[in-house]
Parts: sequence; C-alpha cells; structure tokens
Amino acid sequence: MKPDRDVGIVGWGAYVPRYRIRSEELARAWGRSWKRYAAGIMVEEKSLPGIDEDTFTIAYEAAYNALLRARIDPRRIGATYVGTESKPYAVKPTATLLVEALDIGERRTTGADFEFACKAGTEALQAAIGLVGSGMIDYGLVVGADTAQGAPGDALEYTAASGGAALVIGPGKDSVALIKASLSYVSDTPDFWRRQHERYPAHTRAFTGEPAYFHHIMSAARALMDQINTSPEDYDYAVFHQPNGKFPLRVGQKLGFSPEKIKPGLITSYIGNTYSGSALIGLSAVLDIAPPESKILVVSFGSGAGSDAFHIEVTDKIENVRELAPKVMDYIQRKRYVDYTVYARNRRMIHMMKDFSGY
Amino acid sequence: MVLERTSIPLYWRDRGIKYRLLGGECKSCNRRFFPYRKVCPHCGSTDVNKVNLPRRGRVVSFTVVHNAPRGFEYYTPYVIALIELKDGTRLLSQLTDVEPDEVREGMEVEMVIRIHRTCGESWLIAYGYKFRPVLKK
Ligand SMILES: [Zn+2]
Repeated sequence: MKPDRDVGIVGWGAYVPRYRIRSEELARAWGRSWKRYAAGIMVEEKSLPGIDEDTFTIAYEAAYNALLRARIDPRRIGATYVGTESKPYAVKPTATLLVEALDIGERRTTGADFEFACKAGTEALQAAIGLVGSGMIDYGLVVGADTAQGAPGDALEYTAASGGAALVIGPGKDSVALIKASLSYVSDTPDFWRRQHERYPAHTRAFTGEPAYFHHIMSAARALMDQINTSPEDYDYAVFHQPNGKFPLRVGQKLGFSPEKIKPGLITSYIGNTYSGSALIGLSAVLDIAPPESKILVVSFGSGAGSDAFHIEVTDKIENVRELAPKVMDYIQRKRYVDYTVYARNRRMIHMMKDFSGY
Repeated sequence: MVLERTSIPLYWRDRGIKYRLLGGECKSCNRRFFPYRKVCPHCGSTDVNKVNLPRRGRVVSFTVVHNAPRGFEYYTPYVIALIELKDGTRLLSQLTDVEPDEVREGMEVEMVIRIHRTCGESWLIAYGYKFRPVLKK
C-alpha cells in the first residue's frame, strides 16, 4: 500500500518502566528449573510496571517523548490512537486520556484504542498513514503500549513485559524517516486469545510458532518486498515482532536477513515482550542510531493473527531530533530489580481489604 | 480527611490541574500559583489567566508517608515533596520511581502522570501528576 502523498515519521519516543524481575526469580516462585526456559526464550529478565503505572501512563510518557522530537504543536494532531491489549478500562478509551493530558488537537481529533494482540500499535499506524496520506489530517499520534499479562506460573510469565513506543506521523517533507510502503496480512488463527472477563490470556503451543508467528511475518515481509521490488540486501536494519529473543533471529534467517541487521532493534532480550510495544520499541531503538539514508524493514505480528510490514527510509533530518528525548538504551540501563513479592504487588495480583483504613 | 472514593465531578473539573499542572497567572500582582483558581490567592484579584506550569523543578523538602489515608494504603511507603518548579511556583506532590532513601533536597525532578488511586475494580481510576528524578539533562 502507498499513500497519495508522502508520509513519514516526524518524531518517535519510547518508554520502559524501571522495574525488572529476573526469569530465575520467576522460576523460583513456582519451583521450576529456569535454565530450561531461559535457553528456549533468550530472555533473562523482563520489565514490569511501577505500582502506579498502567498502559495509559506508559503511553503518556512514550507520546511525550515522541512530541519532544516532533517539535510540533500538539494542537495540530488530528488522530490519536493507542494500540494495546491491556486497556486500563474494558470500556473507556485510553486515547481520550492522552488527548486531554497532551492538549492534542484542541480536542478536534479522532481518538480510539486499537486491539489486535501484539500488533495493535502497527495496525493503528496503518490507519494514521491513511489519514495523513490522503490529506485528511496533517499529523497523527500512534502509540503501542502494554502491561502484558502472563498467567502466574505459565510459560508466558517469563516474557510478558511492560513498555511502549509512540510515533508522530506527518507529511513526508517534515519527516525524519519516510514510510514509503506498507502491507498487512491477516488470517483467522487460534494461537492466543483472552475472553472478555478473563485476567490472563490462553495460548496453544501447537499454533504459536509456524502457523502463527512465522507464517504471518514471512507472508507480509515477502509480499511487501515483492510489491516494491526490494530484497533483504537492500535493508540496513530489520525489526520483527519479538515474543522472545530467538524468534526474530530465526524468522530473519529464513527471510535472508543477517543477525547484524536484526540485533540493533532486538530489545526483548533486555526487557521481555512488551506486546503492542514490541515492534515499535524495536523501531525506536533503530531510529535512535540509524544514519541518514538507512533503509529499515519493520514487520509486526499479532496473534489471532496478522502482520503489518513497513518499508522505512531515514532522512537527514533525523540528526536534528535524536537527542531531544531519552533513548531506548537510556531506559534499558535505568533499572531496579525486584523479587516476586514486589512483582505481584506492582502487577496488582494482591487484593486489598475493601475497607482497610490503615491503623 | 477520609475519602471513600474519588469524587467524579471534582476529578472531571480538575483534570487540567491533574494532567497538565494547570496553574494561574495573576495579571494584577504578576504572580503564579497552583492549582488554578479563579481568584488569586496572593492578592485576591479575579484577573487570572490559565497557564500550564513547567514540568521540571527541584525538591525543596519532603516527608515519607507510612500510614496512608484511606484509599492510598496500597502505595506505602511513599514520598510527599514540596517542589519548586522552574518558574518558582511551589506545589506538593508525590514522588515516584524513587525509593524513600534515595530522595534528597535539591534533587531535580520532572512531572509524569501516574495512578493516584483506583478505589477497587469498578470505580473511576484517578490519574494525576507525580514527580520523579529527571531522566535526561
Ligand atoms: Zn494576584
């Protein structure tokens, strides 16, 4: 897909909470041998929210950083989208909180939360590209953020992490990176879901790998490269959705991307899988370092299932804005380890007495 | 004061104050104040403009809360600080992303939005400003 007028990224920003728990500690809590898991997932620790953080507060910090780099008046933003599968409210948009907090569009903006498992953020990006590309709006704000749920004791608990990233999308002439083309590929796949009133998602081991992650990412990546006549050699960086540290390298290898092109955007090894934030934090980490004229392939994946693929070219404007906000690595280095007790408390797995009034 | 639950009309009315540090700038005495009110607390003038106050400042003084009022028990121990913003306006706020023993007078802080309280699983989530040690510069 290509828009009528050039569209690009005007600003980007990420946010990762400061708390980490080691997978060894998660395993200890449930009496498991963590080495068995660690070898398979290549994630040794993951981020978790502070006691007062949720998807909105994470989205706010990522969006604020993106606006610092975009250097535009937030009142010019005409679309505000939050992609997440951990909405603070089942019914009540996160986007409107963001509009109010950042003074966006003098409230004259479309605002919505998107849900598509881990690709909700890039799904929102497709919508924003359409609105900017058609000339309906000048700027759009897109966030992918999650405080990912993994059931206690479940394999997903070792990777389900918290964080997010935001992009301000705008006309090509203002952009630090042009989004030259994009493509989406979706199918009905029963790999992972969460029913309406459940706290934790269910997943099927048999469907997680080949029929879900690999099939959708490879289909979207190949179809996009076919459409615009590119091949893996044309790209300097490749960012794939990162449910663990291993899958992105393996899907890259299958498609023909060397690990050197993937590792700069492979953030899951440090913080775990931030679900809707995953591919966009990976892209942010690449934008933090990519020189002008770099070409980036981004392919997300969301269970259920689908992938969004983007061909991105960095412009020389990027050097002017890179230092205007904290980088992904700044957040990765800011960390405080907690044990399972604090983890359970911060994740609100502990329920208080309703009328408890202290002493 | 014991608050059973967040007052929704009050929360709605004050959301500019809670999310954007909406303060007042008095055109009579030229002083700023927080939170925004129609009447200047310094001189009593009603000639007051709305202004989003700067998000950065420093800790002037602080205390650690161990026995929290109802609705805040989940968050103890937490730090309440008197903060002087870049423009000189002073306000009280919780600090976040910092342990009580890491807080120092003079510490540079910046505003973020965090959960203030949730009041169980059915009520409105009350969000608002807190301050944390600056991340960059
Ligand atoms: Zn006055």
